[in-house]
Amino acid sequence: MSFARALRCRKCGQEYPLQPVNLCDFCLSPLEVSYDYKAMARVLSREKLAGGPLSMWRYRDMLPVEGKEVDIGTGLTPLVKADNLGRELGLDRLYIKNDCLNPTYSFKDRAVSVAVSKAREFGFETVACASTGNLAASVAAHAAKANMGAYVFVPSNVEVGKLVGTAIYNPVLIKVDGSYDDVNRLCAEVARRYNWGFININLRPYYAEGSKTLGYEVAEQLGWRAPDCVVAPAASGLLFTRIWKGLDELAMLGLIEPINTHMYIAQAAGSSPIVNAFNAGSVHIHPVTPDTIVKSIAIGNPADGYYALMVARQSGGGACAVDDGEAIAGMQLLAQTEGIFAEAAGGVVVGALRKLAASGVIKRSELTVASITGAGPRTQEILADIVRPFSVQPTLKSVEESIGTPV
Amino acid sequence: MAKTQVMFTFPQELIREPIIYSLGQQFKIVTNIRRADVTENKGWVILELEGEEKDIEQGIAWVTSKGVRVDPVVGDVVEG
Repeated sequence: MSFARALRCRKCGQEYPLQPVNLCDFCLSPLEVSYDYKAMARVLSREKLAGGPLSMWRYRDMLPVEGKEVDIGTGLTPLVKADNLGRELGLDRLYIKNDCLNPTYSFKDRAVSVAVSKAREFGFETVACASTGNLAASVAAHAAKANMGAYVFVPSNVEVGKLVGTAIYNPVLIKVDGSYDDVNRLCAEVARRYNWGFININLRPYYAEGSKTLGYEVAEQLGWRAPDCVVAPAASGLLFTRIWKGLDELAMLGLIEPINTHMYIAQAAGSSPIVNAFNAGSVHIHPVTPDTIVKSIAIGNPADGYYALMVARQSGGGACAVDDGEAIAGMQLLAQTEGIFAEAAGGVVVGALRKLAASGVIKRSELTVASITGAGPRTQEILADIVRPFSVQPTLKSVEESIGTPV
Repeated sequence: MAKTQVMFTFPQELIREPIIYSLGQQFKIVTNIRRADVTENKGWVILELEGEEKDIEQGIAWVTSKGVRVDPVVGDVVEG
């Protein structure tokens, strides 16, 4: 049995039963799962959590799932001390939370595992999403595991090659002949029309909760403490808010000391509505039309943008945008210092870290965790020009003439 | 009858125009504002539209052609 007790409106506080709905009937604001934390605290301890499965499901008491979970082996990804990268950036206590190492190579597996588990509980036979990459693959993979149907909508300009990681799980792939905005509008309509579990629409409150496990893991892996700083990318802003919620819940449950973590948002400059609002001192996220190669976080009208902005402000954190060139440089630096090949969103995080450290916003001695949310190979076309091999004849002489005598 | 929830974002030059009133009048759409923040130089309104599906479609196209940005109230659905 879970300790989830209701869905609650994040704006007006109105409560609803735990159903597949995502918006408050009154103010049309997002709903989130609320829990009976007193009862939860009675059954939880560090020892119990640490003795659980070696996956995100060790935290199942803190998730809103009642029945058997749909698990493809997600979570408990490495938290590695990044001494080489830290030396480059001037940070003595830098850690990388490497969520490239989830089953479909991104943090989305955390959220989707919970959402598809709930979809099955609610009796849906089909799940759906609109995505150009990470979410699509994760939804298709979990649907396969759960023996459910999956519909994946993609804009028509997505390269076929990018969808291989989704098509392998055999979902129904639907290419929409229209702009990015057209796909958004269509999917909002489709979600109203069909009785599907639409992962980031009617299942969104549950989808959101899965991302908290990233925050839980970081604290547990640091020896049950919250970091001083977290730098994480923001697309819809959901992950960013849930890392914070995860840390906050651990403190509320008495599992870690009260937290004083500064949360920093990283966005690509070509799609940075949350950073723009932070810098302007505004409370409204003005939608933008994305224009960046960092596709996995190119969201112009972020559903949780306002809440991400509030977390950055209230935690004494900040927001930082980096351009496409800086993102690529960040990917290369991460790979060449720590051996981690992240997608471009990881490059954005490293680029933001560099700026935040160089300006002294994040101090050298602060324990900082950088959240790397997806792996590089899915979008390797943006790096095509780094492949410049020496061409040699199959003779030692030719090798030495080309590369010089190796030391 | 169909219902849809949308967010309108108004640029400064349209703040003084009665767009939502005209939308209701011209397209026989019932407009129901749930949340809003309008100042002298920008504004957004979250509202529910109720009417015939084709009227809503045409109404949204008209609002967009006036220069108002129309977004799903759930935010962008397409994710990376």
